[in-house]
Amino acid sequence: MELVPYLILGLLEGLVTAAVLSLMALGLSLVFGVMRVVNVAHGEFFMVGAVLAWQIASLFEGHPAWGFLAALLVAPPLTACIAVAANQLVLKRIEYDPERTIVATIGLLYIIQQVTLMTYGPDARPVEAPFNQRLSIPLVEWTESGLSLYWPWGLGTTTYKLAVIMAAVMLLTGIWILMTRTRSGLLMRATQLDRETAQAFGIPVGRVYATVFGLGAALAALAGVLIVPIQQAHYLMGHDPLLLSFIVVIIGGLGSLPGTVVAALLIGISDGMISVFFSPTLAKIIATLGVAFVLIFMPQGLFGKRGL
Amino acid sequence: MLSIRNLSSGYGDAQILHDISFEVNAGEIVCLLGRNGSGKTTCMKTIMGLIPANAGSVKVSGETVSSLPAHEVPKRGIGYIPQGRRLFAELTVAENLEIGLMVHQRGDNIRDQVLGMFPRLRERLDQRAETLSGGEQQMLATGRALCINPSVLLLDEPTEGLQPSMIEQIREAVKALRARGVAILLVEQRVDAVLSIADRVVFLENGRNHPPVTTAELEAKPELLTRFVGV
Repeated sequence: MELVPYLILGLLEGLVTAAVLSLMALGLSLVFGVMRVVNVAHGEFFMVGAVLAWQIASLFEGHPAWGFLAALLVAPPLTACIAVAANQLVLKRIEYDPERTIVATIGLLYIIQQVTLMTYGPDARPVEAPFNQRLSIPLVEWTESGLSLYWPWGLGTTTYKLAVIMAAVMLLTGIWILMTRTRSGLLMRATQLDRETAQAFGIPVGRVYATVFGLGAALAALAGVLIVPIQQAHYLMGHDPLLLSFIVVIIGGLGSLPGTVVAALLIGISDGMISVFFSPTLAKIIATLGVAFVLIFMPQGLFGKRGL
Repeated sequence: MLSIRNLSSGYGDAQILHDISFEVNAGEIVCLLGRNGSGKTTCMKTIMGLIPANAGSVKVSGETVSSLPAHEVPKRGIGYIPQGRRLFAELTVAENLEIGLMVHQRGDNIRDQVLGMFPRLRERLDQRAETLSGGEQQMLATGRALCINPSVLLLDEPTEGLQPSMIEQIREAVKALRARGVAILLVEQRVDAVLSIADRVVFLENGRNHPPVTTAELEAKPELLTRFVGV
């Protein structure tokens, strides 16, 4: 088999990874940008989203689309509620102190993980995709009778994977509109830039923080719901995405939304490509190496500001 | 209008203000004078609720604001122009003004009034605040505070680092606000500027205040300046 089908396959798998990763990393970046909280428990919100999606979907019988739709609508807000509760009970009490919030969110990570283990057990749970037609992808070749299409064996994707990519694009556009075109976005950006002055102009900083933490968690949970028909729900599934999200956020520049999306594409596609041609482990090694180089030569990231 | 009674505050265990009391009436400019570290900015921040008061009270038109959460204080009609301007640097001029307008959910007439006062800002509405010149930034900081249509205005060194023509513009704006009946509390280092604009002066020394004197009294007793400010 020639090279092109592999490249296309790697690109498609990479775009799915990038889609999920960009949603999750955007949540992490938003929380760090506005609240200056490094949320180590972010991967657990992703996991909770996926596990809740399984739980909700299993309540429905009949066509799998109903269960999935319910999961998509219910799991992210429910996860946001857990995050807001954690914000009120823990982060607010330690006054969002940067060092203490790291330790606190590590604790949160284990609490969420173990509670999930005790409630749902250690099994991996599948959720059926709402639609999952296989699509073969044709390539063009030059034959004696002119241009013609042919279908290389094994080159294809599913409608669901394409839908995940589309959903991520729509959600990212939605977040961008929220941040740049709405009053709530203005409040969040003002709080991010100068918390004290924001208060002096009537911005309820405490409420903004709770909203941002909930929104960040909801984005991670959305990523979890979207991935669960492709990859099963499991109480330890938050680790790898957390690592990748940190890699994305560092490469993109902490607190920069465009940087996060560009870095997610970079990491996702390179992950897909390297996984197809070599191995997924090598992909992670190279991504981590990339972070090391970014930290040495461009500590502010691709789109970040100096002196952050 | 603004009434401060036995106010004490500080950072953690370090008490900075001790038993501060003075008043600012409507249509009056009161100036806080004192050396570096005497507590002028701390006094402003305590009035805004950004530093919690340990004792005493701050009242605006009879309503106690010192027990409110910080973000409720501006809604009682206090506009704040912080030291160093503290604009939202990455937001545009229009967005910075919008933040001020959101305090009361007020509409376009206040915005027009403010832009009428500082026409330069109207030309720069879509520009990011950090790209403005120093004088324009001070106009924006002032405009942002005026967007809440304040009855009390706190200005912390508004003319710091500005060229003389800009200082004159800011002074004219402050005088116009006094004429409209706004109670103005001003922190200013330049004594000549204080004498020409203030109605009364409150001296701060080591976080304590001395009884207010009128500018006329101060001109008759210049030794007060030597004692409290060292000029």
